[in-house]
Amino acid sequence: MPEWIVTTGNFAAAYAAKAAEVDVVAAYPITPQTRIVEKIAEFVEKGEMKAKFIRVESEHSAMAVCIGAAAAGARAFTATSSHGLALMHEMVVWAALGRLPIVMAVVNRAMAPGWNIWADHNDTIAQRDTGWIQFYARSNQEVHDTILQAYKICESEDVLLPAMVCLDGFILSHTSQPVEVLSEDDVRDYLGRYEPKHCLLDPENPKTYGNIVFPEDYIKFRHQMQQAMQRAKEIIEKVDEEFGKKFGEIHSHGGLLDPYRCEDAEIIATAMGTMASELEEAVDHLRKDGIKAGSISIRTFRPFPEEELRSLCENAKAVVVFDRNISCGLSGASYSEIRSALYDMPNRPAVVGFLAGIGGCDVTWRHLYEAIKKVALAERPPSGKVFWVGV
Amino acid sequence: MAWLPREKYLLPGNAACAGCGVALAEKIVLKALGKKTIMTIPASCSSVIQGPFPKSAVKVPLLNIAFAAAAAAASGIRAALEKQGKEDVNVLVWAGDGGTYDIGIQALSGAAERRTNIIYVCANNQMYSNTGIQRSGATPYGAWTTTTWTGKKEPPKNMPLIMAAHGIPYVATACVAYPKDLFDKVKKAASMPGTKYIDILCPCPVGWRFPSDMTVEVGRLAVQTGAWVLFEVENGVFKLSPPSKPLLNKSKRKPLKEYLRAQGRFRTMSDEEIEAEQRRLDEWWETIKKFEEIGRIF
Repeated sequence: MPEWIVTTGNFAAAYAAKAAEVDVVAAYPITPQTRIVEKIAEFVEKGEMKAKFIRVESEHSAMAVCIGAAAAGARAFTATSSHGLALMHEMVVWAALGRLPIVMAVVNRAMAPGWNIWADHNDTIAQRDTGWIQFYARSNQEVHDTILQAYKICESEDVLLPAMVCLDGFILSHTSQPVEVLSEDDVRDYLGRYEPKHCLLDPENPKTYGNIVFPEDYIKFRHQMQQAMQRAKEIIEKVDEEFGKKFGEIHSHGGLLDPYRCEDAEIIATAMGTMASELEEAVDHLRKDGIKAGSISIRTFRPFPEEELRSLCENAKAVVVFDRNISCGLSGASYSEIRSALYDMPNRPAVVGFLAGIGGCDVTWRHLYEAIKKVALAERPPSGKVFWVGV
Repeated sequence: MAWLPREKYLLPGNAACAGCGVALAEKIVLKALGKKTIMTIPASCSSVIQGPFPKSAVKVPLLNIAFAAAAAAASGIRAALEKQGKEDVNVLVWAGDGGTYDIGIQALSGAAERRTNIIYVCANNQMYSNTGIQRSGATPYGAWTTTTWTGKKEPPKNMPLIMAAHGIPYVATACVAYPKDLFDKVKKAASMPGTKYIDILCPCPVGWRFPSDMTVEVGRLAVQTGAWVLFEVENGVFKLSPPSKPLLNKSKRKPLKEYLRAQGRFRTMSDEEIEAEQRRLDEWWETIKKFEEIGRIF
């Protein structure tokens, strides 16, 4: 039975791994992720979770264990942050090109030097081109549900890609919220067991996996990955909808993106992760001021919801993009994606960027409200410009 | 060789060079382990030997994996098999010395410390040969490679003893020139739980600079001169293997020079340097004598 508890984002992730009845967990400690695997260790040692828990000696090995396990037919889970993810990068790529439906919780944290343990998206943005589906969560409920949804999506024959579920360090990972936690019994029928048709490590049917591949075949594999990513869009939407129908509306989070008061909006703000929920607060205040504002939570950064954004922004005069990351030399990562996505619109809106919350700087609705208001009141919105909040 | 099982798991038509010691070792090891084996191979000559997609010369399930990751991937495979209740499958890592002594040592050490039930084979040709002969942590003193043009200035690390220091149930060295000794060691490893480590010296005609029909002879010289010592550490007990045991008597050892001069890679070593190496080797054998006397290395 679903159960309401007050819990952190980290524990919400651990409860999801438990409910998904993952077969193998491999993880290494790193702040602020550590509490996820501590909780899983507790579940396993109490016998509440039947997974094999491999306490590896590095994140590189954590993902390698997941790859070996998934290739041998197991449902695998891991969690990491920041430098752990960076160290893991080679195997992150390997998992995607290996088409293994591994799910990983990533607690977003800034990269060093200097050491900084606070929320920042540069760690996962750096993994953008690895071929992983990327979800960014706004609440602990969303963390919990998205991990469960991710297994359904990733294990689909039409997808067979891994997914990372990103949650902002401390803001979600260490902050308690009410969460309706689903149990194994609740989700078992829906998720099913992981029974890969393509499991290759079977002595009765020996196959070689990942040997040398010449360019003319390699390019086809990449093409297939891109097609799988495109197909994933529809499946992400479908699974999120089914989740809401099956377990109640609070377990549905918008699919690829979640719009708020966008119907008649003249100015639309976007963000990923917890900044997107602050945006909703900012929008309400702007509306009180008579500004027709709306907001969008970009839930999946990959696959990127281009068409969905275009249709939501059809009547907007300006789009304000907030990024908790910086691709030095250009802009925030979602800013350049959104600007590119909106380019082909007949009446394309101005697109203005803001860099906020980097290195864990506190971002409240007030910061967002002021930034959006400035753009809304400008005679001509400064399209193509990127501004810093807090510098 | 009539005692070898007939079934082949590294098939003819593979992409190994003529006289490849690694391919020969792989044939023997897979025959010893048989059909119920899952193999993982990090970047190495064996990534090439298996042949390119969409074909494969390996007849057991094989997961290719990144250079540093083999022992960890094997941990994952074993965990999955345990979860599935499949207990009768060998999990084999087949790595080179670069993937073992250097870039893979962390994952291997972690897997060994976790007592993971795997057989880890280092197919040791004492260099990065797949990338074109560069020095590794296993390259012997004085050897030419394309990153040590004037000969390597440092002796190799002793990886088998490092593995023995993990307290795992089985560590063995072997040489492809002694196939029965190798076969028996693999069989023994397969019969034991926990982490098993076998370091197989695999002479490489291309990198060591000797004619490709001399692989077995060069391998024999490595053992007969005492340069490569065949031993087992079984549940902590050290034991020299039959081909090496008589060499405790110094007079039974062939001069090191015979082994080194059979290869082009030591050509930059002067006679004086070879003599100095001979003295170092003799000292090492005094240590081995102590291991053998007390039956332990620690």
